[in-house]
Amino acid sequence: MLTKEDIAKRIAKEVKDRYFVNLGIGIPTLVANYVREDIAVEFQSENGVLGMGPFPFEGEEDADIINAGKQTITTLPGASFFDSAFSFGMIRSQKVDLTILGAMEVSENGDIANWKIPGKMVKGMGGAMDLVASAENIIVAMMHVNKAGESKILKRCTLPLTGVGCVKKVVTELAVLEVTGKGFKLLERAPGVSVEHIIASTEADLIIEGEIPEMLI
Amino acid sequence: MITKKVNNVQDAINGIESGMTIMFGGFGLCGIPENTIAALVNTSISDLTCISNNAGVDDFGLGLLLQKKQIKKMISSYVGENAEFERQMLSGELEVELTPQGTLAERCRAAQAGIPAFFTPAGYGTEVAEGKEAREFNGKMHIMEEAFKADFAIVKAWKGDEAGNLIFKGTARNFNACMAGAGKITIAEVEELVPVGSLDPNQIHVPGIMVQRIFQGEKFEKRIEQRTVRAKN
Repeated sequence: MLTKEDIAKRIAKEVKDRYFVNLGIGIPTLVANYVREDIAVEFQSENGVLGMGPFPFEGEEDADIINAGKQTITTLPGASFFDSAFSFGMIRSQKVDLTILGAMEVSENGDIANWKIPGKMVKGMGGAMDLVASAENIIVAMMHVNKAGESKILKRCTLPLTGVGCVKKVVTELAVLEVTGKGFKLLERAPGVSVEHIIASTEADLIIEGEIPEMLI
Repeated sequence: MITKKVNNVQDAINGIESGMTIMFGGFGLCGIPENTIAALVNTSISDLTCISNNAGVDDFGLGLLLQKKQIKKMISSYVGENAEFERQMLSGELEVELTPQGTLAERCRAAQAGIPAFFTPAGYGTEVAEGKEAREFNGKMHIMEEAFKADFAIVKAWKGDEAGNLIFKGTARNFNACMAGAGKITIAEVEELVPVGSLDPNQIHVPGIMVQRIFQGEKFEKRIEQRTVRAKN
């Protein structure tokens, strides 16, 4: 089974040369740490910055330079700032190549639920609905099952949706799944995890063709 | 030159009344008009509808207006950092309209740009779309969202001049640049009010025509919500 860092490492392999990437809060944020250094990638944060760098050194943090998680950040050479309407403009017009975000549930037709649990305090969707409705390539990073041990990979989402038919790939501590027109296709399994274990942990049906390779982390 | 300068925050907030709809710039605590918020906390103005991406924290930003129960309704995209907000929302004292962040920004921009409504794919197929017109463009479904109508827009900038021209710093531009000119009256508080002529016209982010009142804030705390640093080795 993968750790959260391992999930981030695996997703980092999906980040290609010359990609503009938006990272959500949680595991997705860790992806930036594992992107190959020999490729050119720029990170966008939807509050209004492109070309995000690492966190600042202690004492160098600037209240005016934060990411969408409200964390203090730095910028890299070539970075730019813009207003939030412009920022979502570049998201809607698909200038951002890849969006990586967390989820509570994903369904076999690519629906995603990640903002609201009925009966619990609703914090809001932030930019998630805009991102999932617009991005061409959306990868979800999440745990395969919830704290109660129930599958988060479903035939149909049970929670209020964030977006419909938008997720392309899901990476969990157990598996890499692709959302196809016919449902989830099992692409890779985590080291030491059997296909049977994945099937048993997944409520949705899985398309399994041939030998399923282990993930390379 | 048409001057927009007012002497102080008291003059800036003149005319704000209970029951009005007010836009507040900022993302989290970054770039919020903290001097104007502080001045409003010291008034008896109440029943405000506030359009702001977030609702501050318990003891800073719009959280201060919430503590004094001056807000009737919040229109925001994310409100998770505020215990008093949660209490008022769950008890029904506070009305909350959650809207996707990009839609929130564009509803401000549309108001600023004189566009009454627009179509966006954000929220299609979700509860955000309920009651809204849906239409297909280029094979993709979109929902219609309307421009905000606000009595006042209150923004914060880094530098400004008496003509009302504004320059922002870093990600503090956020909703401030979208909201300037999006209310009937726009108040801009700036860290530094500089003499007219000292800002390069090429570098202006918001032209002065969008701003009716400008003043230099007395002090800026510029609180950091998530101080995240790495160790020097």
